[in-house]
Amino acid sequence: MTVHNFYLFDRNGNCLFYNEWNRKKQAGISKEEEFKLMYGMLFSIRSFVSKMAPLDMKDGFLSFQTSKYHLHYYETPSGLKLVLNTDLSVSNARETLQHIYSNLYVELVVKNPSCSSTQTLDSELFSSRLDSFIRSLPFYSPRAA
Amino acid sequence: MSRQSNRTTDKKMSSELFTLTYGALVTQLCKDYENDEEVNKQLDKMGYNIGVRLIEDFLARSTIGRCQDFRETADIIAKVAFKMYLGITPSVTNWSPAGDEFSLILENNPLADFVELPDNHNTLIYSNLLSGVLRGALEMVQMAVDVKFVQDTLRGDNVTEIRMKFIKRIEENLPAGEE
Repeated sequence: MTVHNFYLFDRNGNCLFYNEWNRKKQAGISKEEEFKLMYGMLFSIRSFVSKMAPLDMKDGFLSFQTSKYHLHYYETPSGLKLVLNTDLSVSNARETLQHIYSNLYVELVVKNPSCSSTQTLDSELFSSRLDSFIRSLPFYSPRAA
Repeated sequence: MSRQSNRTTDKKMSSELFTLTYGALVTQLCKDYENDEEVNKQLDKMGYNIGVRLIEDFLARSTIGRCQDFRETADIIAKVAFKMYLGITPSVTNWSPAGDEFSLILENNPLADFVELPDNHNTLIYSNLLSGVLRGALEMVQMAVDVKFVQDTLRGDNVTEIRMKFIKRIEENLPAGEE
């Protein structure tokens, strides 16, 4: 049970925030390239999912998993994209991501007039509150992983 | 969850403080700028900046998803958003045949509670901040919309009417890569 890392993208594909907790393998490319790669993949998955779906969807793309990890995706109607990678034991992190959006991002970033919403966040408060929130999650325990 | 309980008391807070603060803002703008047009423009701009932030608060609090059409948007603006932030529920009327234009009729405008416009400000759109808020908020959910006051009780009309016109859907683009 563990949380690997977290990405926050704005509507234009800028990575506003990134943090990792228990990531054993790095991508081997610069973080900037990694963010672009990640966003590109999400963008493609979104359009893939909407084109392939045989029925009208409400929420669209939610998550995918591989043999080793689970990627959870949450997009707000305003186009903000939150991505959380966990191990396979976490089956649903939707509420967690919604909580990060409405109780951390909106409260600490949107309501902070000195935080611009299109640049990399440099809010100490947001990153420390997010960090302690992630660490308090029931499925956060890197040692057991 | 102490934050939550704070919020409910916030909501019940009298809107007078807001109304008076807004009045002070307009008064100051009228002093700073020579003509009403310029004041209207500044109010709209400030409203826009508020709207692009307010939409996030609205989405987080209401957990409303994406709207399917402009009618649904109109309903949510009138019944949920105006209710949440101003405590009023304007009526939605005067749909254009194409369904891309409608009016919000405000019986009473909370921004203009204690206001009387002097004669030398007859082109001032007193509550123009609201136009900017609506425009900014909708732009963040991919809707380009034209918003303007077509009637205003402050200028002698029977009701206050905000006309909203859908212009286009803002498409989301993949950021330009090097490849």
